This record gives sequence, structure tokens and C-alpha cells, in this order.
Amino acid sequence: MSESTRPKADRIRALLETESDEIKGNTRLFNAARYDAVEAVGEETHEQYRTRAREIKEESIEQLPDLTDRTRTAVEANGGTVYIADDAADANRYITTVIADAEADSVVKSKSMTTEEIDLNEAIEADGYDVWETDLGEFVIQVAEEAPSHIVGPSLHKSREEITALFEREFEPDEPLDSAQKLTAFAREFLGERIDEADVGITGANFVMAESGSIALVTNEGNARKCASIPDTHVAVAGIEKIIPSIAELEPFAELISRSATGQDIPQYLSLLTPPVETPTIDFDHEDEPSFGNSDAERDFHLVLIDNGRRSMRQDDDLRETLYCIRCGACANSCANFQSVGGHAFGGETYTGGIATGWEAGIEGLDVAEEFNDLCTGCSRCVNACPVKIDIPWINTVVRDRINRGKDPGFDDLLVDGLVPDEEESGTPLRKRFFGNFETVAKIGSTTAPLSNAVASSDVARKAMESTLGVDARRDLPAFKRTTLRKWARSRDSHVVDPVRRVALYPDVYTNHVQTERGKAAVRVLETLGCEVVVPDVGGSGRAPLSQGMIATAEDKARNVAKSLLPYLEDGYDVVVVEPSDIAMFRREYEKLLPTGAYERIDEGSYEILEFVYGLLENDGDIDALPTGDGAGIAYHSHCQQRTLGLESYTETVLERLGYDVLTSDVECCGMAGSFGYKSEYYDLSMDVGETLAEQFETAADERTIVASGTSCMEQLDSLLSPGTRHPIELLDPVR
Amino acid sequence: MSAGSVHEFQQSLARLDTASTVVSPDEFETELKDIIETPAVGAALPFDDLSLSELPVQLEPSPAQLREAVTGVTGARMSIASLGTVAVESRSQGDEFVALYPEFHVVVVRESDIRATLSDAFTWLRAEFEAGRQSLILATGPSSTGDMGALVQGVHGPEQVHIVIIRDNESQ
Ligand code: SF4
Repeated sequence: MSESTRPKADRIRALLETESDEIKGNTRLFNAARYDAVEAVGEETHEQYRTRAREIKEESIEQLPDLTDRTRTAVEANGGTVYIADDAADANRYITTVIADAEADSVVKSKSMTTEEIDLNEAIEADGYDVWETDLGEFVIQVAEEAPSHIVGPSLHKSREEITALFEREFEPDEPLDSAQKLTAFAREFLGERIDEADVGITGANFVMAESGSIALVTNEGNARKCASIPDTHVAVAGIEKIIPSIAELEPFAELISRSATGQDIPQYLSLLTPPVETPTIDFDHEDEPSFGNSDAERDFHLVLIDNGRRSMRQDDDLRETLYCIRCGACANSCANFQSVGGHAFGGETYTGGIATGWEAGIEGLDVAEEFNDLCTGCSRCVNACPVKIDIPWINTVVRDRINRGKDPGFDDLLVDGLVPDEEESGTPLRKRFFGNFETVAKIGSTTAPLSNAVASSDVARKAMESTLGVDARRDLPAFKRTTLRKWARSRDSHVVDPVRRVALYPDVYTNHVQTERGKAAVRVLETLGCEVVVPDVGGSGRAPLSQGMIATAEDKARNVAKSLLPYLEDGYDVVVVEPSDIAMFRREYEKLLPTGAYERIDEGSYEILEFVYGLLENDGDIDALPTGDGAGIAYHSHCQQRTLGLESYTETVLERLGYDVLTSDVECCGMAGSFGYKSEYYDLSMDVGETLAEQFETAADERTIVASGTSCMEQLDSLLSPGTRHPIELLDPVR
Repeated sequence: MSAGSVHEFQQSLARLDTASTVVSPDEFETELKDIIETPAVGAALPFDDLSLSELPVQLEPSPAQLREAVTGVTGARMSIASLGTVAVESRSQGDEFVALYPEFHVVVVRESDIRATLSDAFTWLRAEFEAGRQSLILATGPSSTGDMGALVQGVHGPEQVHIVIIRDNESQ
């Protein structure tokens, strides 16, 4: 391992030992609850809410200046004040002045990531006031003096036992606090007193409604209700992006937010407040006076809207959609890496999980985003989870690209021959180039195989690769085949007369150079089902450079692919793809990389191999021409990006129709994720993620054939269980 | 906007571990008396024909009474059958405090005010906002937290909720 990556590896290893179990338990619970809740409400209905929510956010951010003005007008008409803060210091200055003006002694807060972002507590304390977090999760991390590990559950890395130890140490209670009930009761009483005494209550706002000057708060504990009603002065702090036009636009979000966050159909409390509220003020100093102490105090309300980088994000075509985020945490919960390490590794100054890259890049800067951005592998499992359809992997890719360039301004990833370490390059860009240019590696590898394989796997080479490229020596390297799939295809005659379809089988880099058997199987299966098959000369899809944040190279590759494939499509060929990460490029990322027309043509005309076989069988294809499964058992792991496209069911269905007994994994990702698992500082994490998949298959491994669609997944399963993982198309091969 | 059924509302409440009782307007006082655990505080009901004045419920309580109360009684002008949700309005009668402090929250709703779904509730909400009534809480079940290592009910809000559904006169 190189010296620069060692601290990161150590940090990850430490978190895997300390926080991982709790994070896994909690995020997976949320994640499973989300799947159940979405299923219960119906995919289609859920999709309608997502579409509507997305539209509202797009329009609201578009109209932000106007909505901000309308918010100010409405809040002021109601008797409150609006302050727009340019940055954290500006916001803190205003809020501490409000606290001073209220002649306050103490302040209570309900959960607000935005106040974490501006370090409000530090500012309040610096001015000599007490400030208490009243959300129990926030309270725990306040007492522990830690940073939140999750957007929704800031303390979810802590076990009950740890909280007990922490509270008993800090508060020395008379009774032991050895259960969740006792801890909650203790916190309720302790914080209840703090709230009753407080002069100022600070809340966040999940949504701000411009027309009426209202805020919406989503909570389960009831503390935000108290913070907003018991102290006479209420300060609500929110990013400027939280504004929507009116109560009418709140509806889809009310449907989506808790379902996405915790699998609840609605939060315990959805507060719609248009302060100053009618609830009378309460005076605990006159505790025996009727009518809540007969207080004659007036309610005072301040809405503090924070820019802190957001207006620039709004102007940034790639970061803009970060502002649509409603902070539900679904992207974190659905992320296999996050499930293993949590937000203390996968997060920045404030925000955690995949979307944190967008927030931290926009608010803090690229240097903060760089610390954790690599943990997004682009598996895309968060894409369908996000209630506002943010392309979180794309944001991560863009930020990675900017980091590459920022680190090395001369870094021009179009000069792809930088395989050989060039003089002035060292560190990240070189490694990114190596993985990003895997296609070139593969070409050389095949031409010089088997010598290249022998050399590459020699101890000397592995050591050198580990120290210069950070390729973990514990990983097996792909073995390149001297006869590529294309070479093989050229050397044989195809015999199909009167074909039902004509297929251009895309020779992705792996299928062409490494996993040639699955390519050959694909050709034979398609021919057996009456297709004419050609294996055209097409370059890499751009997946490898894209995953390294080399967008220009990826774009170049995409254009070349389009140039090669479009003539086939025009000619009536269907494009069939074996490698799921490449079909995902064609269907998803090419939208960003190609002109619309070319993207649409490729998107419509290309199919994942088993999806295509399914289609053939549905259209009178002769299933009897394929070998049957005879009840044999299969343990099938679909590929993350394949699942995001909704393509895994075709494989399952085809295998079942052939008579196989199919057990499918339900993990979000295998942990390998392309080059990720090869990188030495991520090896432990990659294996930890893989462990969950291995556990699901371990007991079945003796009786079932292990089958996986993706190359990385096959490699990961080979190293986790035993070598011999197969691609599903190989089971259909008439000459298997 | 479609009305929700009492039956569905009760089923949703059962899923939330929330008790419910259906009564006729005539039985209202006697039933409520049975349900309430004293000391109790309340906010005057937002219904012309139903009142808490004959019940052992302290209206407009002092802060001390509020803290000592076991039960808090409020009325909800809107509830949602599919979710088991009730509205707690921010009124000058102090509904918000009465609904938050005591560990037991008793909510009086009228059958005719039950909406079928959240979408129907939003139709009502839009009309309310239009009419200038713009502060309320949609409360669903008891307050809860998972932050202390296991799900616990009764955090800063009530630990237990009981919904009293008043049958419409004509359906008696
Ligand atoms: S990016 Fe989407 S999924 Fe992630 S927290 Fe924001 S809204 Fe939720």
C-alpha cells in the first residue's frame, strides 16, 4: 500500500471494527422498510409522487429569487422576520443577535442538519449561552461530542450499551440506564426541563411555503413541536433551497419523505406552522396561574434562510440537482458501502452518504468532498431510492472529475496512453488512469498473453502494482485470453439462414479479452434461437474511465461506440450486451454523454443478453432448443446497475422456465464494483460488503451453481466462495 | 374529497397501537369519563355541540396542572382513515400544549370529519389555508424514537393515544 492511502485504510478498518455493526443493522432496517412501504403503496403510485416532487423542486429552484421574495412578504405580513444569510458566519451573527435581544439564558434546538452545517451550536456557546439538542439522536452526539453519522439518524452508529455508558459517565444518574426505555425516560425528563426553561427555540424546516410564509417539520419525537411552541422566540433555520410555492405543492413530499427515510407512510408528526402561531405563550415562572401562566409575552418568529454556497450551486448545471435533496437518507441506506462504514467515513463536514458529495462540494469545497468521494462506486442503487430522482452517481462522477483536474491542472485524460508511469505524474491521477484505461491494458494483455498474465501475477509485479498503482496484492488479476471473442467470432462461419433477428453482440472489454467463454456462449445461444450474430469492432463503452471521473475520456469512448453501433442499428440490428455495467452505460449514462438523438437510438435498440433471450422466447423462440435445468439449484446474484434498470427479473424468469430452482440474493452490491475492490485502501471494505452476499450464498453453495451477471460480481464471488462462478448465459449454452 | 370510513380509520389506529372507541353524541360524556385518567387537562373542543365542561378536565390549565396531568384531551376537526392521523391545531385554547405534555392524549373526532386518504386531507388543508387557518400538526400515533437503541414510545410527546370517534347523528 502506498503511504498516501494507508491512513484511509486504517480509518476504514477501525470503523469496520467499531461502528459497522450498528450502522449495518440500522441502515438495513430502514432500507428494507422503505422497500416494503413502497411496495405497499404501489410502485406506480410511488413513481407518480416522485415525478411530481421532482417537477416541483425543479420549478422551485428555477424560481428561487421570486419565491424568496414571496416568502419574505408572507412572513412579514404574518408578523415574523426573514433573514437571508450569505454564509455561516452571517447566519450565526444574526441568530446570536436574536438570542441576545430575547435576553435569553438558554436555547433549545430540534434536529437540523443546516445548523450543523453552519456550526451554530459553537457560535451560540461562544457567546455564553447554553444550547441543548432535544432530538434524542442529536442529544447523544452532542453529549458524546461527535459528528452525525447519518442524515436522518445522527447517532445510529451507537449501540444502546454505548449510550448507557456515555450517559452514566456524563450524568451520573441515581438509577442505572440499562435499557432503551430508561435512556429515553431520562432524556425526556432532562431535556423536558431544558425546553421549559429555554427562551429561544431553534428548529429546522423541511419545507418552507412561500405563499403563506409557513414551514413544515417532519419529526417523530415531538421535540420540534415543543421547541417551536414553548419558548416565546422561535427561530427556524433552513437552506434557501427548501422553499416551495405553497401548501398545494407539499402533498407529494408528505407522501414521500418518511416512506423514503424510514418506511413510514407518514411521520408521527407533520407540523405545518405559520408563525407566530396562535398557541398561547406559556410562563413556567407563574406555574400556578391559570391559562398557562397568564403570560403576556408576544411570540417572536425569525426565519433564517441560508445561502452558504447554494446560489452558486443553483448556477452549476451539474451540482444544481443537489438542491432538490429532501434529506431523507435513502441514498445512504441503499448504499452497500455506507451500510458497512457509515457517515464517519462516507461523509464530509456535515452531510453523509452519496449525496454528501454534492452538498460538501458546493458548501465546503472539493477538498472536503475528495476525502470520501471515492466511496461512491457508481453502483446506482440509490438512483431509484431517491424520492426526487437525483442522479447521485452522476454528481459523484462530476465531482471526481473536478477533483482530478483540480489536483493536477495538466491532467488531460484524453491522453490515454499514460499507462506507463510518466515522469511527472504520481499518486491519484496515475492510478485513475490505469483503471480508467483498462481497455488499453486489456488489449496489451491479450496480445501478449499468456506472458502478460504470468508477469502481472508475479510477486515482483504485484508489489510494484501495489506501491505505484495501489492495486491490492490480495486480489487475483484478470487473466487475458490470447484469442479474443472477436477473433474467435471472425474465425467461424455463422450458419443461420432466414434469421428471426439480426444481432450485433457488443464485445465489451471483459467479454472480449477475459471472460470470452460467456461471449461465445452468448453467440451460440442467440444462433440456436434463430438469430444472425455479428461481433462488430467496437471500443470500450467508457464505463472504466467514467468510474474514475474521467468524463472527457468517457465521452470520447461513447462517441466512438455510437459511431460504430449506429450504422448497425440503422441497418435493423439489435445491439445485445453481456456486461451489465455496459448496458447501464448505454441506457443511463449515455444520456449525459451523447447527443439526445444518438442516446435515444442506442437506448431503444440495445438489450441485456438475458433480457433479449427472454424477448425471443416470448416471441415464439424455441425454448426446447436450449438445455434444461432439470430442477438444478442456482444461487443468482444480479448486478447492481442491472437491478437499477429493472433487468434482473429476465434472468430469473428465463432460468426458471428452463427448470432451474433459482435463489436470488437481495444485497445491494457485491462490494467489488469495478475497480473499487482492487484498490488497496478499500480492500477490507470491499470484502466486508461482499461478506453479506457470501453469507446469503454460503449455505446454498454446495448444492447450487453460483451465477452472476457482472464481471466484478463474478470475481468477488470467486474470491469469497470458490472459483467457478458462471454467467447465466453459459447455462443456456447448447455446447456447455 | 371523499369521506373515510370509521372501520378503516380504526384499523389504521390498531396498526399504530392506538386505541379507539366509537360513541354516539349522547354517550360522549359517559364514555369519555371512563377513558380519561385523572388528573386531566383539555382544550375546549372545536365543536359547537360537544363540550368538556361537565367532565373532570381542567381547561386553560396552569403550567403546574399541565405538567402534572396524566391525560390531555383535544378535539380534531380532521382525521385520515388510511393513516390513523388526527389534526392538532395551534389554537389559543392551547391544544398544542395539552396534546404534548401529558403521557396520554385523548382525541375527539367526528365521524363526518374523517377523510379517506392523505390526498383528501390535502384538499381540506388547502381550504383551511385559504381560510387563514394555517398552523396545525398532523399527528399519527404516539411519539416515538429509535435513537436509544430500540424503538421506544413516549418521547417528548405522548406515550399513548386514544381516539374517540363521535358517530354522526343521522347514522344512529
Ligand atoms: S439525495 Fe435523494 S435519497 Fe439522498 S438524502 Fe437527498 S432526497 Fe434522500
